[in-house]
Amino acid sequence: MVIIYAETWNKKFKKTTFEAVNYGARCSKEIGTEAIAVVFGECDSHLADLGNHGADRIIHIQGIEQFEPFSFATVLSDIAKEFNGKLIIVNGTANGKSLIGVMSSLLSSSAISNVTELPVNYEPINVHRSAFSSKGIEKCSSKSNCTILGIVPNSIGIISLEDIESIIEVRNIISKGKTIFGESQNESGNVPLPEAERVVSAGRGMKGPENWGIITELAEVLNAGTACSKPVSDIGWRPHSEHVGQTGIQINPQLYIAIGISGAIQHLAGVSRSKTIVVINNDPEAPFFKAADYGIIGDAFDVVPRLTEAIKSFQK
Amino acid sequence: MKILVCISHVPDTTSKIKFTSDGHSLDKDGVQFVINPYDEFGLTKALQLKEEHGGVVSVITFGDSDVEQTLRKALAIGADDAYRLDGVPNDGIQTSQELAFFIKENEFDLIICGQESIDYNGGIVPGALAANLNLPFINACIGLEINDNVANTVRETDGGKETASANLPIIIAGKKGLVEEKELRIPNMRGIMTARSKTLKVIELSGAKSLSESISFSAPPEKKAVKIISSENIEELVRLLNEESKVI
Ligand SMILES: Cc1cc2nc3c(=O)[nH]c(=O)nc-3n(C[C@H](O)[C@H](O)[C@H](O)COP(=O)(O)OP(=O)(O)OC[C@H]3O[C@@H](n4cnc5c(N)ncnc54)[C@H](O)[C@@H]3O)c2cc1C
Ligand SMILES: Nc1ncnc2c1ncn2[C@@H]1O[C@H](COP(=O)(O)O)[C@@H](O)[C@H]1O
Repeated sequence: MVIIYAETWNKKFKKTTFEAVNYGARCSKEIGTEAIAVVFGECDSHLADLGNHGADRIIHIQGIEQFEPFSFATVLSDIAKEFNGKLIIVNGTANGKSLIGVMSSLLSSSAISNVTELPVNYEPINVHRSAFSSKGIEKCSSKSNCTILGIVPNSIGIISLEDIESIIEVRNIISKGKTIFGESQNESGNVPLPEAERVVSAGRGMKGPENWGIITELAEVLNAGTACSKPVSDIGWRPHSEHVGQTGIQINPQLYIAIGISGAIQHLAGVSRSKTIVVINNDPEAPFFKAADYGIIGDAFDVVPRLTEAIKSFQK
Repeated sequence: MKILVCISHVPDTTSKIKFTSDGHSLDKDGVQFVINPYDEFGLTKALQLKEEHGGVVSVITFGDSDVEQTLRKALAIGADDAYRLDGVPNDGIQTSQELAFFIKENEFDLIICGQESIDYNGGIVPGALAANLNLPFINACIGLEINDNVANTVRETDGGKETASANLPIIIAGKKGLVEEKELRIPNMRGIMTARSKTLKVIELSGAKSLSESISFSAPPEKKAVKIISSENIEELVRLLNEESKVI
């Protein structure tokens, strides 16, 4: 069996949850088995939507509402044992990253994180993953019966599979958590960075936090997440959660627009996997241009508002 | 309070990463190794907690003798003693089991890891260690306070944060925010001198096995040359994003 952690956020499936389910379903077809999606807590999204992405069976866990690494990992591991799990698929989100190590120990299974493709082989599981902060690709082989794969959100995409009328099973489970979580709060824009398909990012070239309006406006018309370089979050112009790079969040959106960012090696390490990179910088020698697909040499304060307008007219 | 900081020894962030010609491993030629940046935040936090509550800060690395320079640096920054698990780790599971073996014999109130090692980007060790030791675990920890026997923490979520608390002992995987960049401690002359007389103990492995292996490494595909678009012709960029890259 292939078991997938079907993550919810505010009682709805994350967009990347469908990608994980789809990934798991594609693996299960290759192995000749079935895909089981596991959902925790109250859920306002239609469970059947997971079937449309390939889940044969959906196990809806009731009684555990809030994320806690041990309680979630224990439930997923128990399901993996019950169904003789061959693969467990978890997204590389904040929650997913908290689970993968815990589960690997609970199950004595190998855990391969940062996976960017479907496995190359299934006997044993051989799979490519990103390593050295996107400066290398590692081919990794699992030596255990069950393998946990942490996949990089947005890196694999969704293909359409035959719609499945999935079996839905509800289970009531008492939580086995070790920590007591309090309230969570959101600080960045509407689109969480790790799953954003488009990201607008800006650096010290913006001169000060009061100038971020043109950045958020561009992000809004593109329905993009906003990000920043490290010094920008260090000085407090933007929240920590927007810092991308080697020591920040690593992202791989379809489109990354870098404005007033020089393109230091540590910055590139977190964004170089983006499919298309646009750089706007007034210094033609800025190293970022070497890593870009498209570049505009110019003053951000002049270029960005005009780009926003141009996209608006294109969208009409 | 007894605090253990688990440190991985990784290429400096400015390193150009190359692989050996057989593709089996990292080409270490000309690469500088440093304390994993995430672990640097953890080490400074440990030293601050020691100043506040008293206690001992130990550091540990699983690695061959090359990692001793990194442990010496941690001692120079202020750790009280250092341990090296003598061997070459093959994966996160093996590493977590060897660390767990050591921790069971030595007992700590707080174990601080980093969110991930910037070399292999595994992010496996801290959670696996927590499950192995059956201790509470906070990943992506960006805030930590200890009051009496309780750890009050803040964890980063996707685009936000949340608080969590648990009784000690606890394992956290930290990152920037645990302390601020400007608080990070660096070795001073006195620290470097006293580091020489601190203990760095080499420990034999318990024999834990890895469950995965690297087959090969390769460089990511090269980017095509950049297309420069005149700032007077922004519509052209919009057209390319739509027609050529199909991203809008
Ligand atoms: C251990 C370590 C880890 C690090 N990790 C990260 C990381 O994870 N992420 C990260 O981002 N950095 C990281 N860094 C920092 C990195 O080395 C760079 O210092 C940083 O990325 C530079 O940020 P910046 O591009 O915003 O600023 P700068 O380098 O100051 O660049 C500003 C750019 O804006 C341009 N500019 C100025 N005015 C305008 C204008 N009006 N219009 C258009 N362009 C303009 C300039 O030409 C310049 O290219 C790390 C450093 C270290 C040592
Ligand atoms: N070889 C090692 N020795 C000691 N601690 C390690 C080692 N490898 C990883 N760690 C710890 O585990 C964290 C996450 O590492 P990883 O799971 O390898 O990405 C690091 O930040 C360290 O705190």
